[in-house]
Amino acid sequence: MKLIIIDDEPLARSIVKEYLQAYPDIELVQECRDGFEGVKAIQQHQPDLVILDIQMPKINGFEMLELIENPPAVIFATAFEEFAIKAFEAHAIDYLLKPFSKERFIKAIDKWRSTEKQLQHSRTSELLDTISTTLQQQNRIVLKDNGKIKIIPTAQVQYFEAADDYVKIHTADGVFLKNKTMQFFEQKMDPLQFIRIHRSYMVNVHLISRIDPYEKEGHLAILSIGIRLPVSKSGYTRLKMALGI
Amino acid sequence: MVAPITKGRSFYLAFITWWLVWTIIHIWVLREYEISLVQSVADAFTSNFLLACFCLLVVNNMKYYLPRNERYWYILIISLVLSSLYLFLVRTILKFWFKEDDIYLNLLRQSFYIRYVTGFLMIGCMSMISLLWYTLLEQQENEQRKEEAEKISKDAELLKLRQQLQPHFLFNSLNSISALAGTQPEKARHMIQQLSDFLRGTLKKEEHQQVSLQEEIHHLQLYLDIEKVRFGHRLQTNLEIDEQAANMQIPVLLLQPVVENAIKFGLYDTTEEVLISIKADGSKSDMLEITIKNPYDPATTIATQGTGFGLASITRRLYLLYARQDLIRTSKTDKLFTTNIFIPQFNHETNHH
Repeated sequence: MKLIIIDDEPLARSIVKEYLQAYPDIELVQECRDGFEGVKAIQQHQPDLVILDIQMPKINGFEMLELIENPPAVIFATAFEEFAIKAFEAHAIDYLLKPFSKERFIKAIDKWRSTEKQLQHSRTSELLDTISTTLQQQNRIVLKDNGKIKIIPTAQVQYFEAADDYVKIHTADGVFLKNKTMQFFEQKMDPLQFIRIHRSYMVNVHLISRIDPYEKEGHLAILSIGIRLPVSKSGYTRLKMALGI
Repeated sequence: MVAPITKGRSFYLAFITWWLVWTIIHIWVLREYEISLVQSVADAFTSNFLLACFCLLVVNNMKYYLPRNERYWYILIISLVLSSLYLFLVRTILKFWFKEDDIYLNLLRQSFYIRYVTGFLMIGCMSMISLLWYTLLEQQENEQRKEEAEKISKDAELLKLRQQLQPHFLFNSLNSISALAGTQPEKARHMIQQLSDFLRGTLKKEEHQQVSLQEEIHHLQLYLDIEKVRFGHRLQTNLEIDEQAANMQIPVLLLQPVVENAIKFGLYDTTEEVLISIKADGSKSDMLEITIKNPYDPATTIATQGTGFGLASITRRLYLLYARQDLIRTSKTDKLFTTNIFIPQFNHETNHH
């Protein structure tokens, strides 16, 4: 059994290590100080369990999990995540509120062991889906670009474009891919800033400079950066509402 | 903004009634001197209309400029000047209208002093009333602001205990203590001591508003020491407090949220080692300047700006205490975020006040 601890506080890691001594069959393969190390370590070791903190430098625990294709079983260890507690209760294998006792830790490990392997993985994905919808609107997007982790402030996004299983994120610095659906971003982005103007496009309203009629019933949104995007009928209605016209 | 004395209908109603009564008396007196009705009415209306205008002018002027130390001289001079002007205008107009009537002109000449004194008294009284009115309002406003400031600082303390730093800071600190208790019980005991001292400091500072920078820094140091235990080598601090600055006064618990913000920014916006530097400059005797620097990542920083509660509440508090918006400044250079805080210093006389 392989386990990874991801927590930015050294003492928080050491207490988990201490409690783990009760389990000689669980091998601690790596300790990570932040999400960047975490992503690498998880890919490298393919652990059976990750003990994960939420509040960490640069990217938080949820953002880190989003970057991993087949996220492993996770037990969260956190001091205070008011917004996430409900999601934890519903979907996490277990969660530990710091400071936690050894008994509580053992209970969490037992719970993990008694959960079927298949269920463990689906639980983590479920949790991520729930978190992304319940969490207050995100003002940044974390993704992987050529193996490197990139953080894009949403204000820098020009528009989103659907592309098969991916969404293309267009910014001034280039185009980035994230394997999520348009619905995912529609829920996550500020609805006043990003409008779904078409089945395949969601645009940053601040960049729209003109809306022209196009063929019958259709429209074209012309962005100040010179891009033209198709606007569907329902998209036009949404756009008019957002712009107050 | 104070409500002007002229606000509302009741002021104008009283004002107009007063002048009408005065005009009727004026007409009656002139009739006693056997001046014709037309002349009496013309004289009374011209004089009192002009005088009323001048009074309004004084009232409105005070709305924008309230004399301070030289206030009694101001009233005397403005009354003298305006009443002279008033008399000059009245005489010019009336002389022009009734230039053929010698009896009337004679009376106008004889009544010079009584008219001057009346005008002077009217304008003087009016300016005195508005001066008192506006001074009173200003005092009320000051009082209100002081009350609000007191309330906010109290609320800030409570907020501090409840949501701002406490949940994460407190639970994570307790978790660190729990970790230390297993392996290094002496250190655990030490950290409990620090945490208790810190919490006590947060709790007891309720009544006195200002403390010396030295005291505030002592409290801050406890906080920094605890954070250093939590984050280990990642967190470095550098304090430079000069001797004059150490004895200067600062509103209690003002600095700590700013430093807390800087640490949060530094620790969660970068993955490297974080150096927080705090410098206090007391070279100007009337203004204490504190500079706090922390690293940040210019590429992603807008994403974390939402957590700026620390600075917003400080800006508000400084405004309520000093009625100034320019006491906190932030700037960004390369990878360093700088917060400058200015604390006005008063001598003991005003302090007691």
